[in-house]
Amino acid sequence: MIASVYDAVVIGGGLHGLSAALHLARGGARVTLLERSWLGRHASGASAAGVRTLGRDFAEVPLALEAMTMWHEISALVGDDCGFHAHGQVRVAENRAELQVLEQRHSALRSLGYDHEEIVDARELKRLLPHVAPHCIGAAVARDNGAADPHRTLRAFRRAAEAAGVTLRENCGVEAIERAGECWRLRTACGVFEAPNLVNAAGAWAGEVAALVGDRIPLGTKASMMIVTERMNPLVKPVVSSVGRPLSLKQTDQGTLLIGGGVQGRFDLKKEEATVDFAALSKAARTVSELFPVVRDVRIVRAWAGLEAKTVDLLPVIGLSPNAPGVAHAFGFSGHGFQLVPVVGAAIAELVLHGGTNRPIAAFDARRLMAKEAAA
Amino acid sequence: MSPGPDVIILGAGPAGMAAATRLRDCGVAVTLIDEQPALGGQIWRGIETSHNGPLENALGKDYRAGAGPAAVLRASGAELRLAAQVWQIEEGWRVFVKTGDAVGMVTAPILLLASGAQERPNPFPGWTLPGVVSVGGAQIMLKTSGQVPENPVWVAGSGPLPLLYMTQLLALGGRLAGYLDTAPRENFSKALPHFPAALTGWRDLYKGARWLWQLRRTGIPVISDVAEIEAKGNDRLETIAYRRRGGEWISMPAEVLLAHEGVVPGVHFTLALGCEHDWRDDQLCFAPRLDDWGETSREGLFVAGDGAGIGGAEAARLRGEITAIGIARRLGKSSESEAARLAKSPRRELARALATRPFLDALYRPRPEIFVPAAETVVCRCEEVTAKQILDAARLGGSGPNQVKAFTRAGMGPCQGRQCGYTVSHLLARQQDKSVGDVGFFHIRPPLKPVSLGDLAALHVEESAL
Ligand SMILES: Cc1cc2nc3c(=O)[nH]c(=O)nc-3n(C[C@H](O)[C@H](O)[C@H](O)COP(=O)(O)OP(=O)(O)OC[C@H]3O[C@@H](n4cnc5c(N)ncnc54)[C@H](O)[C@@H]3O)c2cc1C
Repeated sequence: MIASVYDAVVIGGGLHGLSAALHLARGGARVTLLERSWLGRHASGASAAGVRTLGRDFAEVPLALEAMTMWHEISALVGDDCGFHAHGQVRVAENRAELQVLEQRHSALRSLGYDHEEIVDARELKRLLPHVAPHCIGAAVARDNGAADPHRTLRAFRRAAEAAGVTLRENCGVEAIERAGECWRLRTACGVFEAPNLVNAAGAWAGEVAALVGDRIPLGTKASMMIVTERMNPLVKPVVSSVGRPLSLKQTDQGTLLIGGGVQGRFDLKKEEATVDFAALSKAARTVSELFPVVRDVRIVRAWAGLEAKTVDLLPVIGLSPNAPGVAHAFGFSGHGFQLVPVVGAAIAELVLHGGTNRPIAAFDARRLMAKEAAA
Repeated sequence: MSPGPDVIILGAGPAGMAAATRLRDCGVAVTLIDEQPALGGQIWRGIETSHNGPLENALGKDYRAGAGPAAVLRASGAELRLAAQVWQIEEGWRVFVKTGDAVGMVTAPILLLASGAQERPNPFPGWTLPGVVSVGGAQIMLKTSGQVPENPVWVAGSGPLPLLYMTQLLALGGRLAGYLDTAPRENFSKALPHFPAALTGWRDLYKGARWLWQLRRTGIPVISDVAEIEAKGNDRLETIAYRRRGGEWISMPAEVLLAHEGVVPGVHFTLALGCEHDWRDDQLCFAPRLDDWGETSREGLFVAGDGAGIGGAEAARLRGEITAIGIARRLGKSSESEAARLAKSPRRELARALATRPFLDALYRPRPEIFVPAAETVVCRCEEVTAKQILDAARLGGSGPNQVKAFTRAGMGPCQGRQCGYTVSHLLARQQDKSVGDVGFFHIRPPLKPVSLGDLAALHVEESAL
């Protein structure tokens, strides 16, 4: 069988795959992207699309800050604003102990020289969120944060990647990978491909793809659920989360509420499907209706769950494979990878095209997880 | 804590009622759930509350036939959960129900969906204007309150329901402005070969013919072979326009327009639960794939009644009986051979009840215009998405219904695609030169009916009480 030959093959058509493909093509590489289902079918299409530096693990902060700058100029990258609005993100404290958690984090950030988060009192909180329940006593706020529209973002990255020369292939799952001289040869549902470089952006299935090139990276799975309601009067502008319980709440441009925050549904990786568990989802409904009593009568129109890989330390895997030459990994975003999309693609392109990057990604090396497995 | 039932039945129309009664006869614990406050489903809506009044008489003999079965079921010991809305079903058959302000969950190893049909989506320019209603919606008003519109109404559509409704309306003193019969004239010759087989069901054919005859006798304008209709007005319906096949547009003032283009099985539950479906070209709809006992591709999940394919009330009742026999067998209440024997006579009757179907399906096959509406016609009324926007989205981005939904928001509103799903699939099929069966339908996202955040928040209380 005759293989189609490229400089790089990207596996996985979520936003991370698209972003890596886009940056690679702009860097001069001939790229194809292979997606088993359709572009955005999994985490990227299911995402709440929160764009936040607020509350990030310290190891992620430098990368997330660069990504935030890129989000503010996202049109320059993909020719569309992706529905991004910087209305801020607010993490609410419901009692003294929670506020203390926020304050401690805040001073730790300060001592590292970061000033993107601030602490606000009950009065400023009430100004930011007029409908918040009166028992909330303060919050951490990142004013330049916000949220985007995930479908619009997918469309923009897809168009930009195509315009940059990437060949996108849907219904094209990678089934086997083998070494062929200096190249990798991929057998897929739509033919054979060869390239010296691979990008593994296969989301919830990235562990399986890594195993195909000889990397055994232990991964867990998340099936985070989301609720969207009917349209309602303006309730919140910023994206709201809570210190003490899983919640993320935003209001879309259409006026619907998007509620998530990590409550987990059921999933079946083999069938590539995640299903909603309403008994579990009721927790999210309780949290929102306690924090914003006015929403009680608003009707839920849809709920869904999206699949994604998670790591033990909840930090992603970003970097070159420790074993397989020419393979770069970008997965394991553990429920907060949307914001990192523009910057991780840039880092991956540098790794592939130049063999290294100045971006701070040392903390995301796959070996940290593999070592743990060896020790266990 | 009481143990759950053996079987949950959803829908208290002819199919669900017959199944519940039969299962009770076999000693099976049954919970029957319906969102209406009384038994009867669509055809016998309100049968338990109207007693030989003028309304009952106007509604006819088929309607009055519901009273007996309702009384028998009441006495059967089935647990009835009425005025209860099922808003979600999960694997293991966990059925989430809302009754008044209470939200709860019932579980059973076997679930029978007898939740019937819905009107076929029927978009045309102006169909979302106030003053334009579906015939099904108008009939619900008529049955629940005996209400008839004050002013003369125009009816536009095809199939038995408009005829029946007009007869009922006239009997209750309502006034008709006219009937725009939209069944293509060529249907007649296509239906003719099915006529001999249909004669076994001559009673139904006779009924239909009598309705038409009664209608013509009133002298109301009946305009046949109407290919296109349009509703116009500023804030509400003011004029309607129509065009006969090959003819010119004609318009006239109108205050109420009732439209209808047949019914299709309600497949939202079975789609959401991942059952296999087939495209039925004879009825232009999807229907769940069922075995001889009405079981879907998912074990323990059964479908009976119009949800299994449109067959009418008598067929629904018989499918309910047959499915109940199959379920009793599954529960070990009867042997394989005994079940086969018991099902023999209802199967024979079912064949007879379905004998007129091929003829009726061909005679009332919808005109092609309703599937591919003109560019500016609203297709998704919840999100106000037009046919053109759908076609543009499919051209630019992904091609399947789910990608179109993500791009345009069509199907994302509170009706969850019930009103636009088929139109979107048809538009894509036409654009891509595929069959509708190959294009498929939207993924159905839960909940199956809208439920409020407060309701969902209250769920845990109920659950821990189970
Ligand atoms: C409900 C939910 C809410 C979220 N909210 C936020 C948020 O507010 N903020 C935030 O920053 N992040 C959020 N996230 C996380 C964020 O959406 C993800 O981190 C990000 O979208 C991951 O993108 P991806 O491209 O890595 O994965 P995906 O979008 O899942 O893409 C991976 C793709 O790989 C394909 N694939 C797998 N195996 C193969 C194979 N063998 N061959 C070919 N293709 C294959 C899959 O089909 C899939 O399309 C959320 C996630 C979910 C699920």
